[in-house]
Amino acid sequence: MSASYTGQKSYYGDGMAQNIARRRRHGRVWHILFYAATTISILALIVLLLNIFNAVFGFVLIEDEVPPTELAPGGDLESLSQGELISLLEEYLSVGLIRRFNFEEPLAERSVTDLAALVQVRIVNPTVIEAWSLQESLFQSDMIRAEHAAHPGTRVQFRSWLSARFLVSPQNPRPQLAGIRTAFFGSLWMIIIVIVVAFPIGVAAAIYLEEYARSEIWYNRIIEVNIYNLAGIPSIIFGLLGLAVFVRALEPFTSGTVFGGVDPTTANGRTIISAGLTLSLLILPIIIINSREAIKAVPSSLRESSYGLGATKWQTIWHHVLPASFDRILTGTILAISRAIGETAPLVVVGASTFITVDPKTLFSKFTTLPIQIYQWSARPQSQFRNVAAAAIVVLLVLMLSMNAVAIIMRNRISKQRRI
Amino acid sequence: MDTKLAMHTKNLNFFYGDFQALFDVSLDFGANEVTALIGPSGCGKSTLLRCLNRMNDLIPETRSEGEIYFRDQPIHGQEVDPVEVRRQVGMVFQKPNPFPKTIYENIAWGARINGYRGDMDELVETSLKKCALWDEVKEKLKQNALGLSGGQQQRLCIARTIAVEPDVILMDEPTSALDPISTAKIEDLITELRKRYTIIIVTHNMQQAGRVSEKTAFFLNGVIIEAGLTSDIFFNPKEERTEAYISGRFG
Ligand SMILES: Nc1ncnc2c1ncn2[C@@H]1O[C@H](COP(=O)(O)OP(=O)(O)OP(=O)(O)O)[C@@H](O)[C@H]1O
Ligand SMILES: [Mg+2]
Repeated sequence: MSASYTGQKSYYGDGMAQNIARRRRHGRVWHILFYAATTISILALIVLLLNIFNAVFGFVLIEDEVPPTELAPGGDLESLSQGELISLLEEYLSVGLIRRFNFEEPLAERSVTDLAALVQVRIVNPTVIEAWSLQESLFQSDMIRAEHAAHPGTRVQFRSWLSARFLVSPQNPRPQLAGIRTAFFGSLWMIIIVIVVAFPIGVAAAIYLEEYARSEIWYNRIIEVNIYNLAGIPSIIFGLLGLAVFVRALEPFTSGTVFGGVDPTTANGRTIISAGLTLSLLILPIIIINSREAIKAVPSSLRESSYGLGATKWQTIWHHVLPASFDRILTGTILAISRAIGETAPLVVVGASTFITVDPKTLFSKFTTLPIQIYQWSARPQSQFRNVAAAAIVVLLVLMLSMNAVAIIMRNRISKQRRI
Repeated sequence: MDTKLAMHTKNLNFFYGDFQALFDVSLDFGANEVTALIGPSGCGKSTLLRCLNRMNDLIPETRSEGEIYFRDQPIHGQEVDPVEVRRQVGMVFQKPNPFPKTIYENIAWGARINGYRGDMDELVETSLKKCALWDEVKEKLKQNALGLSGGQQQRLCIARTIAVEPDVILMDEPTSALDPISTAKIEDLITELRKRYTIIIVTHNMQQAGRVSEKTAFFLNGVIIEAGLTSDIFFNPKEERTEAYISGRFG
């Protein structure tokens, strides 16, 4: 206790300066901790990206079974006609194999590009016998040269595993020919189904729970608690649910038999629609929770001014509450959809195909998705599939980033109209 | 009864859950009069105001006893739709709360949802003119209303309320967030509006109550202590507590 300059007694004492210094020191420690946390996350992200890109580019050692120059002038297979390609296939390949190709999709109906790809795989049959990472390619050229010299008849090529061909080619047992076309379409279908199913149902349920349901009634409270719990359930459980309900119980619907047009190879419930509905269920609770938070954040003054003018509940919701919360609803939904795109476990349970090369054409087709494909590739014994998987990861990341970018752009547009 | 009544309450009790906010409130609001509700913070003025257009229905776990009449119709009747009540008994809030839309839309929206079939441009113009806002905003009708100053926003809120042609306008401390110049404008506006509307205004500003109102009701802890002509309440209060509050010795 001491006297302040006014002469009155003060309990703050004379050590004011020390006190402030101590408080500031305390604050600085937290500041450093926060900074460190951010640095760690950014470093982790950089390591992840470096690791991926290290596997996407690099030198490869290739050996051709039949050099393409023997099959087509200049080695350009696509310059041949459809007939020439088919006769090449029939000349080099077994009858049984040709019959199988015809069963998958008649050769005569395939395009020149598809046939040329088939010739490339089955006849030219280039094999990557060794692949080096970007780091090795840049810094260990001696090792690569030595390896090349040890394998006569091979060529060394710089290869980007991520290429236009990679994007448009279907799955293939040979790493250098494998592509993600089928998986990409599968993921695209998933996104569409999830948007069409989970988004409207989730937002509608959020509106009901937030605006109509009276929380003092016991069953509404039970519903509320359960939705929060559902959001935390491991995704594999949703996979089991999807297997039981969509694949098994609703098979006539999800296989498409009741709607007629069935794909004979897939007349069971392990179809795109089953997987899409399973993922929709998985993210429904997340969309509901996010949308409810968004609706809850609308200031009550906005509702009151609407009601005060004689608006009905629905007019208030439609004209004021939803527009005011839509940007947040959108962000929450996109985050939920990103989660759905990245899911693997439930789709494995529901029955994603391990190997398909035909584009999914209807809701009742067999399917595979990007994460499933990545998972399978990284589990293959050939080391080159790790490069393929890395390229697919880049595609998956780009897909997610562009979805998030769309969300941010839409959100900024909406908010700009509403705020100053 | 000399003047026609726009609204009156009879033995109104109001509860937030277990908490009783209004006790036996019986008040008359004459048509085309300005009635001021005064009293210390937390005495139930806003609660009464929000009862008058059934805004409290929106708060869960509230309940009221007694009756409120609009003209001669009880507004809590089974057949009465609160939406209709709120159109006829408009409300201006303490904090200006225009919609985050254009100035034009702020006026037009209420009219449109209530089925207005006249010329919308004309309605927007006349409503803004009545609130002495037209000259300030006529160049920027398509701009967002949130870009206006607080005083302009509050006048816009009044304009939006009168555009749906209510009979009664409730104002909850409409000038508490405004500077003296904007306040003066709104007071002038109230004096102008009383020719066509019945106005019930809550205010903490005694001078304001004296300037704009004919009748005043003084509240304390949810009970009406005294109600009557403003001049009587201010200069000849019957109750000691009224005098104490008005002269600033209390509350
Ligand atoms: N939503 C609510 N839930 C519970 N109690 C409330 C609610 N709103 C108001 N009250 C209580 O009701 C009483 C009256 O509140 P009211 O808002 O009507 O006061 P007021 O006279 O308008 O005060 P002020 O002049 O500060 O605005 C207060 O005791 C308040 O705590
Ligand atoms: Mg109040």
